[in-house]
Amino acid sequence: MSVLFAILFYLATLLFVVGLLSRISLYARTPAPLKIPTTPAPTTKTGVVFRLTREVVFFESLFKANLWTWAMGWLFHASLLLVTLRHLRYFTDPVWGWVAFIQPFGIYAGITMLLGLCGLWVRRLFVERIRYISTPSDHLWLVLLIVIAVSGLLMQFVSHTDVVGVKTYFLGLLSFDIGTLPADGLLLLHLFLVFALLALFPLSKLLHAPGVFFSPTRNQTDNPREHRHLSAWAGKLESEK
Amino acid sequence: MADITAPAYRTIPIIPALKPGAMEGKGPFIANDKHQEALGFPGQLVDDWHDKAIAKMGDLLGKFRSLRVYMDACVHCGACSDKCHYFIGTQDPKNMPVARQDLMRSIYRRYFTFAGKYFPWLVGARDLTREVLDEWYNYYHQCSECRRCSVFCPYGIDTAEITMAAREVLASVGLGQKYSNEIIAKVHKIGNNLGLPEPALVDTLEGLEEDVKEDTGLDIKFPVDVKGAEVLLITPSADFFAEPHIDGLIGYAKVFHASGTSWTLSSMASEGANFGMFIGNYEQLRKIALRIREAALELGVKRIVVGECGHAWRVAYSFWNTLSGVGDGADETDRFAQMLQKQLDHRYKQPTHICEFTWDLIQRDALKFDKSKNDQFVITMHDSCNVARGSRMGDLPGGQFEIPRNIIKAVANNFVEMDPNTTHERTFCCGGGGGLLTDDLMELRVKGALPRMEVLNQAVEEHGVNYMAAICAICKTQFSKIMPVYGFDRRMVGGVHQLVSNAIILGDK
Repeated sequence: MSVLFAILFYLATLLFVVGLLSRISLYARTPAPLKIPTTPAPTTKTGVVFRLTREVVFFESLFKANLWTWAMGWLFHASLLLVTLRHLRYFTDPVWGWVAFIQPFGIYAGITMLLGLCGLWVRRLFVERIRYISTPSDHLWLVLLIVIAVSGLLMQFVSHTDVVGVKTYFLGLLSFDIGTLPADGLLLLHLFLVFALLALFPLSKLLHAPGVFFSPTRNQTDNPREHRHLSAWAGKLESEK
Repeated sequence: MADITAPAYRTIPIIPALKPGAMEGKGPFIANDKHQEALGFPGQLVDDWHDKAIAKMGDLLGKFRSLRVYMDACVHCGACSDKCHYFIGTQDPKNMPVARQDLMRSIYRRYFTFAGKYFPWLVGARDLTREVLDEWYNYYHQCSECRRCSVFCPYGIDTAEITMAAREVLASVGLGQKYSNEIIAKVHKIGNNLGLPEPALVDTLEGLEEDVKEDTGLDIKFPVDVKGAEVLLITPSADFFAEPHIDGLIGYAKVFHASGTSWTLSSMASEGANFGMFIGNYEQLRKIALRIREAALELGVKRIVVGECGHAWRVAYSFWNTLSGVGDGADETDRFAQMLQKQLDHRYKQPTHICEFTWDLIQRDALKFDKSKNDQFVITMHDSCNVARGSRMGDLPGGQFEIPRNIIKAVANNFVEMDPNTTHERTFCCGGGGGLLTDDLMELRVKGALPRMEVLNQAVEEHGVNYMAAICAICKTQFSKIMPVYGFDRRMVGGVHQLVSNAIILGDK
C-alpha cells in the first residue's frame, strides 16, 4: 500500500505539473490579435495588475453578478487556500513559523470550506438555471471536494490518524525514500482523492485557475489608440500586400 | 410584425423561469450562394462540412487566445446565466450565455480534450452532427455580441468571442447569414451598407444642405471627397437618410460649421459600420477597415472622426490601429502604419469620437447653446453596448459614459438616469445589435428589447422621460422600430447630436 501510494503521489504530481505547465504555455503561445478588454478597463499595466488582483483575491466580477454564488464560492476558495497552506506542515521539517501560526485557522477553514462547497452544490441542485447548465462532472467535482473535506475533518475531529507517521512518510517521499504509510481507511481515501484531483486538474474545468490570468478581457491594457497592437499572424497579412 | 406582441413587463428584477425550446428554429435567413461567394465562402453547405468545421475550429483555437482560454475556463457557476437580454426576453435556456457557449464547448470537448474524447457523457461532450450545426446557426444568431455577460464572468469569458468564432465556422462551411453577408458585399462593391452609390450620396447631401439652409438660413455644408480637408468623418450610412439618424448628422455638420473645421465625407468609405466583426471574420474586418485607411491617405486628412455608431466605434477605437494603422504609437520600422500615422495630427486622439470632438469644443467655450431649445424633453441615456463595454472616450476609463452625458447636460436642462443596473457597463443591448437588425428576426428583436423597455417604462413613469438618447445607429433603428410595439412613440429615441443640433447657436462667428 505504501508503495502504491508513493507511485500515485509521484504520478499525480507529475501529471499536475507537466499538464499545467503545458496548458499555461499553450495559453501563452496563442496570440491575442485584437484588443478586447471589457471596458471601462485600466489604461496602464499597473492598473491591469490591480484589476487581476481584485479578480483573483476578491472575485470582483462574481460579486457584481450574484451575491450568493460569490459568498459560497469565495468562502470555499479562501478556505481551500488556508487548508492547503496548513498542510505544508506535513511536508516541512522544521515547520515554518507562519505555517505553524495558521494551523488553528486552517483547521476551522476545513469546516467553512465544506460549508461553501455544500452551498455551491445546493445551488447547482436546486436553482433551475444552474441545474440546466450542470454536467455530471460539475457535480462530481463538488462531490470529490466534499469527500476530501469530510475525510480530512473526520481525521481531525473524530478518528485521529497517525499524523506523525503521515509526515514521516511524505518527508521520505520528498527525498525519494518510500517509508510506511499508516494503514488508515480515511487517510487512504483522503490521499487518493487528492491525487485524483491533482492528476485531473490540467484536463478539466479546474483550468479556470490559470485561465483567469490569460483572459484578454481582463488582462489587456486599454490603450489601443496610443499603441499599435499587432500579433504575428495578423502582421503577415500586411506584408502580403 | 403585426402578430408579434410585446412580452409583459416583469416586476423587476425577477429572473424568468426556463422555457426550453422557446426560440428553436427562429434563426435568421441563411445566405444564398451569391452572398456567400462574394465574401469567398462556399455557396452552400459543403459535403465534408464535419471535417471542415472541426478543422476551422482548430485553426481559430490556435489564432485567438480568447477562444482557447474561454473554451477551457468555464466552471458553470451561472454568474452570467441571468444577464443576457435575449434570455430574459425569450426565456429559452439556450440563450443563457453559458448555455450558448456550451453549444460550442460541447464540441470542443469532444474533439479537442482528453475528457471529451474518452468520457463524453461525463463532461457534456457531443459529436458534431447536422442538428448541432443547425442549433449553432439558430442560437449563435440570437446573440448580439453585446458582452454584458463578460462583465459578470469571474474569468471574463466573453460570449461575443465565441459567437464570432461560431459564425466564422458556420460561414466557412457554407452556412453564412444572409443579412450580414449581403451588407458586407455592398460595402465592398458600393462603399456603404445601404448600397447608396456616390451620385445618390452627393444628391442626398445636397438635398440636406437645402433643408438645413431653409431651417437655419445658413450655408452649412456636407462635403464629399474634399482633398486636404482637416477632418474625415466616418459615420454609419444610416446617418445619410434614416430617421432619427439624419438629425444627428445635421448636428455634426453644425458643430463643424460653428467651429470652422474643414471636413469631408468619403464616397469610397461612406460607411462607419464594419459587419466583419459581427460575422467574426478577421479578414473581412480588416478589409472593411482598410477602406478608411485608403480614403484617409487619398484625401490627405489630418484627423479621423467617427459618428454615432456603437460597433463602428468599438472597431475604430479598439481595432483600427491594429487593422489599418489609424492611431498612434506604431514602431519606427512599421512602414505600413507609419505611412498613415505620419500624416495624422497627433495633438488629437486618432480616431476621435464625434462626442469627444464636440465635448472638447464645449470645454474650450467654442460652442454656444440655447438649452431651452431642448426644454420639451426629459432626456435619459441608453448606453450602447459596444461603446460601453468595448471602447472608451477621453483620457479616463468611463469617459465613454461621462462625455455623452456631459454634452447632453451642456445642451439641455432635463436629464435623468435610468436604473443603474442597466446603464454604464451594465447596460442592456437594444436587442438588434451584432448583425441581428433584420426583419427575419423581428420576434427576437422585440423580446430582446424587453429589459430595456421595462427600465425605460420605469423612468417614464417616475420622471416623465420622453427622449432616450443613444449614440448608435443600430440602437436608433431598432428602437424606432420596436418601441411602438411596447406602446412608446418611435420618435422617443434620438441621438446626442440631435440634441446638440437643436440647441446650438450658429451666429456669424
